[in-house]
Amino acid sequence: MDLFEHQGKQYFSRFGIAVSPGDIADTVEQAVEVAERVGYPVVIKAQVKVGGRGKAGGVKLANTIDEVRTHAGAILGLDIKGHVVHRVWVERSSDIAKEYYASFTLDRPNKVHLGMLSAQGGVEIEVVAEENPEAISFLSIDPLRGLDLAAARKWVDEAQLDEVAREQAAELLVKLYECYTKGDCDLAEINPLILTPDNKVHALDAKVTLDENASFRHPEWEEFRATETEDPREKMAKERGLNYIGLDGTVGIIANGAGLAMSTLDVVNQVGGTAANFLDIGGGANADVMASALEVINADPKVKAIFVNIFGGITRVDEVANGVLEALKRVSISSPIILRLDGTNAVEGRTIIAPHVSATLITEPTMLDAARRAVELANA
Amino acid sequence: MAIFVDENTKVIVQGLTGGQGRFHGLRNREYGTKIVGGVTPGKGGENVEGIPVFNSVKEAVAATGATASFIVVPPKFAPAAIIEAAEGGITFIVCITEGIPAHDEAVTYNRLVEEFPGVRLLGPNCPGIISPGKCNIGITSGDIALPGGPVGIVSRSGTLTYQALHELSQQGIGQTTCVGIGGDPVPGTNFIDCLAAFEADPETKAVMMIGEIGGSEEERAAEWIKTNMTKPIVSYIAGVTAPAGRKMGHAGAIISGTKGTAQAKMDALAAAGVHVCLNPTEAGEKMVEIVKGL
Repeated sequence: MDLFEHQGKQYFSRFGIAVSPGDIADTVEQAVEVAERVGYPVVIKAQVKVGGRGKAGGVKLANTIDEVRTHAGAILGLDIKGHVVHRVWVERSSDIAKEYYASFTLDRPNKVHLGMLSAQGGVEIEVVAEENPEAISFLSIDPLRGLDLAAARKWVDEAQLDEVAREQAAELLVKLYECYTKGDCDLAEINPLILTPDNKVHALDAKVTLDENASFRHPEWEEFRATETEDPREKMAKERGLNYIGLDGTVGIIANGAGLAMSTLDVVNQVGGTAANFLDIGGGANADVMASALEVINADPKVKAIFVNIFGGITRVDEVANGVLEALKRVSISSPIILRLDGTNAVEGRTIIAPHVSATLITEPTMLDAARRAVELANA
Repeated sequence: MAIFVDENTKVIVQGLTGGQGRFHGLRNREYGTKIVGGVTPGKGGENVEGIPVFNSVKEAVAATGATASFIVVPPKFAPAAIIEAAEGGITFIVCITEGIPAHDEAVTYNRLVEEFPGVRLLGPNCPGIISPGKCNIGITSGDIALPGGPVGIVSRSGTLTYQALHELSQQGIGQTTCVGIGGDPVPGTNFIDCLAAFEADPETKAVMMIGEIGGSEEERAAEWIKTNMTKPIVSYIAGVTAPAGRKMGHAGAIISGTKGTAQAKMDALAAAGVHVCLNPTEAGEKMVEIVKGL
């Protein structure tokens, strides 16, 4: 789960990481109230989960109450790369002497944690990595040993942060590592981490991705979830407990297993179609799950055909077949359904479907055949 | 020959008395796997359809001589169960648990490497391993596998593993061992571990490798294949059309920035001489062609 900047800053604060004083605002009046409280000048920042906010006009400096009104009014409702701004973060503007970069993430190939620190912050780190890789100081951290202050001190020296910033930065990095590990982040990133003219180091931005597998030990994450803006289709799917990702195409996809679902998208694409979604119904493809899945896909007006791709392993295909028929009694589906049933008890499953086959309920013997048929119907 | 497990492997099931553990444990036994015991703290002395239950892995190993463990416990308890298995003398651990936090996986993996270098962990979040006709540990349906070789399968995805087994079995092509390494960010066993074992196994003549988006294990495997692998490999990578930045079901299946795309993996594998196919059916057909030409 990606956090908004303001949520990331709240999260950082819990681990003692210094951030600028500020608050969120949903309206122009609230923005004014926050600005008056924290003191001018303020920065008004669009809260969207997408990069390049500044360039899109989503980050503005305001020196007066009138400027707060003008800028907050312009930013609220702004469309940034398809993300509409519903909320801004208003914080006291910081004077900046230097901009650094710091982050922690998992080094998957080496199965350790990876810290990245650079004296060149404020720009996209991918660009720095490409153009000037020696400007980034990488640190491998053994998950069994963690990051202590001595190692952090050595690291800030190596990264050649300004002398006056080093001790504060080292302390902050230890806290950020704590936030990353104890806070169960997949990513904890500060860009820029700034040094002010009066020699204070603090986080001017916050990019945090939480590992949802760790939700069971973080009841406090509930508040982040409440404000998660989502595709309405994804919201509907989530309410029904389905693993769904909305896409832009015309072929609705239902498959059992994440790998098979991904593969189904690929095959639809290869035969000239476009997938409307990714949807993995997992192992238990009973009538309830199938009905929910069909309902969610049916709610997508772009969908012109639905491809149900089932490979029975643990899942028995006859159960899936009954599930489909039962689901069709409960929900009225507007697009034709193409079924590919294979694996455990496939013959029984196909026999169950056979008497019900029609122009809107079609069976195909293989994944490729079914994909071709679905695409043909979607493009008709 | 099979890799990692065979007809002599004695297996205990951690979590045998739970719903899932019981279902899959009994199913594995029915397949012919030597399921010699179960472990559930506090339930020692009971039995599940004749399989004795012990309070700890240590007791189970002492009583049965098991060397492998099948872990079917919830994510909260799985890391401790893995360490308990290693401490108790198990050398091959299969953990199918889905949903373990990444930080817990990283800690568990590094503890195994440091404290128990002789122990192999398969998973977590994997379908398990099957050496057809000999041993099945996990959730793979045994009837879709065909004994006798000559193909080894290694896969990051469960259902695509079944698909691959099915495609080959339908054509009368058997398998030596089929290993599901799982879709999590910190897998205990990776592609290279399995490819090396297949390369060393005289009965395995060709390998099917199924990958997916996210991470760089396929690219690393490609590097390794270039200098170490003599047997033909057919690969399929799922997620060519997956959008960046979204987790496609598996915790590890995510394209971050420009890293982890299916195309990059396919290019790397093709450069290493692997037969790269665009869908599971094509991969199956290619493998049939290779096996017939052996």
